[in-house]
Amino acid sequence: MIQTLPELIAAHPLFAGLPGDVAELVAGCARTVAFGPGRLIFSEGERAETLYLLRRGRVALEVRRPGKAPLMVETLSAGALLGWSWLLPPYRWHLDARALGTVLAVAIDADCLRAKADKDPEFGYRLLQRMSAVIVDRLQATRFRLLDLYGAVAP
Amino acid sequence: MTNASSAPAGTPVLVPLAYRVVARRHETADVTTLRLSPVADAVAPGRPGQFNMLSAFGVGEAAISLSAAPDATGEVQHTIRDVGPVSHALCTSAPGDLVGVRGPFGTDWGVDDLGYGDTVVVAGGIGLAPLAGAIDVLAERRRYGGGRVFVAVGARNPDQVMLRAELGRWLAAGVRVRVTVDAAPAGFTGGVGLVTQLLPGLGFDPARTTALVCGPEVMIRFSVRALVDLGVPPGAVRVSLERNMQCGTALCGHCQLGPLLLCRDGPVVTWNDELATLLTENER
Repeated sequence: MIQTLPELIAAHPLFAGLPGDVAELVAGCARTVAFGPGRLIFSEGERAETLYLLRRGRVALEVRRPGKAPLMVETLSAGALLGWSWLLPPYRWHLDARALGTVLAVAIDADCLRAKADKDPEFGYRLLQRMSAVIVDRLQATRFRLLDLYGAVAP
Repeated sequence: MTNASSAPAGTPVLVPLAYRVVARRHETADVTTLRLSPVADAVAPGRPGQFNMLSAFGVGEAAISLSAAPDATGEVQHTIRDVGPVSHALCTSAPGDLVGVRGPFGTDWGVDDLGYGDTVVVAGGIGLAPLAGAIDVLAERRRYGGGRVFVAVGARNPDQVMLRAELGRWLAAGVRVRVTVDAAPAGFTGGVGLVTQLLPGLGFDPARTTALVCGPEVMIRFSVRALVDLGVPPGAVRVSLERNMQCGTALCGHCQLGPLLLCRDGPVVTWNDELATLLTENER
């Protein structure tokens, strides 16, 4: 079944449960995209212009290391949000994002989305709440990983 | 979950029986799996989740969980992490060497009443070993129309992922297996992230799910919280806890955790508020 952009957006966890007009509003900034296996979706230092809602496939977030292969620091799957560096200045990606297989996503233009959030503070607040929840989840997961739970003998 | 059961009457639970190492497999740089065969008398067959006390003669004794369901051979399988003198002696024992075995001790995962709804297994590091026997049973049941089984495994890095042969066998049996590591070089095909981040995408039905969790206690706490947040009832979560098991028979008290003597009342216990409190209290 072919889904419209508002349907795809409304079905994604970032926007699920919000009033229908939110998905319509966001769809005005969005398009569907696909990335082949191994394709670099964005690159560290580039301007962060897009928010991706992953629909299918997996994406690796990588850190480049001089003289060594990149290190994968996180993988994201369908239902995840890819990229938040578009939210705050200086709007630069901090990591590389690479498709680990065929990836389908909804790409949302960040300038357009920020403009709509500025114009409609209620929408902006909801968007920020949802984004914050994702950021907090990943911050907590990162903290727990810092504990090296599986490797170290408890101090 | 089945209640504590020590070895049957007549079995000398305080005297180790001689077993011979018949196979050894290196899982990771510091984890080894041993198959042990009785030289004469055998301990009672254990149930997944229970543990035996293994002796490295002349060195000491350590509590090690069974890492395979019992089979007709009478052999027992243990997966051991090399962290001290006893475990080092066990990990470096070679086929033909003798080790002592007494047990089995403690509670088990209670797989007899599982396999009709969804079962979610969450394992961190060496915590996969005590769960392996239960997954074996559930995977076999799955082949014949049993309930869905989901396995989420967390490890430090790709080289620390253990029981790879078993992971492949479970996948082939229709178990949904997901592995995640803390960090990995590019090209790793598994996930990178915290094991709890695997849970929302597994696809289980929380209301009809039983969860089995084993790993470092901090990971257990976070995993239980994530499962409960997804809608799994706390009473449907079973965790395996470890303390300093020494006698295995609830006599010495070394393994006490609040009101529990974990060699008898554990290692597998059902999650509850009291347990949550015990696992968040600082040591006094």
